[in-house]
Amino acid sequence: MGQEMLDIFLQFLKAFAVGGGICLIAQIIINFTDLTAGKILVYFMLAGVVLTAIGVYQPLVEFAGAGATVPISGFGYLLANGAIKGAEKGFFYAVTGSLSAASAGVTAAVVFAFIMALIFKSRTKRN
Amino acid sequence: MTGKSKENYNENYLRYIRTQDPPTQHFKNCAAAFGVGGLICCIGQFIRIMLEYAGLTGDELAGSTSVILIFLGCLLTGLGVYDRIGRYAGAGSIVPITGFANSVTSPAIEFKTEGWIYGMAAKMFTVAGAIVVFGVFSGVLVGLLYYFI
Repeated sequence: MGQEMLDIFLQFLKAFAVGGGICLIAQIIINFTDLTAGKILVYFMLAGVVLTAIGVYQPLVEFAGAGATVPISGFGYLLANGAIKGAEKGFFYAVTGSLSAASAGVTAAVVFAFIMALIFKSRTKRN
Repeated sequence: MTGKSKENYNENYLRYIRTQDPPTQHFKNCAAAFGVGGLICCIGQFIRIMLEYAGLTGDELAGSTSVILIFLGCLLTGLGVYDRIGRYAGAGSIVPITGFANSVTSPAIEFKTEGWIYGMAAKMFTVAGAIVVFGVFSGVLVGLLYYFI
């Protein structure tokens, strides 16, 4: 039992360190350039796609679990991974694989955002 | 200030502005981003472990985890909590998938007043649209690359 608890603790520690590290890199980039949030999201997503394509991100996901899949680069990992898996099945799946893999995330974002827009009113931003 | 139009600004004025700006607190910023980003990933890891106990595996497990996180991100945005976290945490709240959810929900609620179709639905993808466009395009490139190599 003690060993099992230690394993779970280590999982959280790794997720915290890697996930926090990715956010830290983004914060340093924001501090030293004038990139907006949208650009940061796109660049990190593309970085995830490229790192997955060259085979660097998969070991990181196996090491850090949610620490690597929760940041937006994990969304890029999902896309690239879907495309790579699809490419083994054939040409059609090589093209459609990436969006199929990301369908859960996009669907969830659209549906939940719609529901929230139905429920909540926009509020004035308090600074 | 964007980099391109830099030379159009009066140098003296820029120098004056810089003396009035509060200095960027690099260390505080970075610590907040690291802490909050890490914490959100830990919540993700917690959801993952819970779902694993519930018997999910593979793609279903990864997909369900992000769906739950996106739901939390949307809900906190609707309640107005996420923007407050964002002011403190910067990239720590932008980069995780909850930040993606925030970037979809925030304009959806904000532009509801401009109508459901051109307001809520169209503005929903102001930021997420760019992510989906570049994501799909690069994903197809990777797929073709792996197919032909």
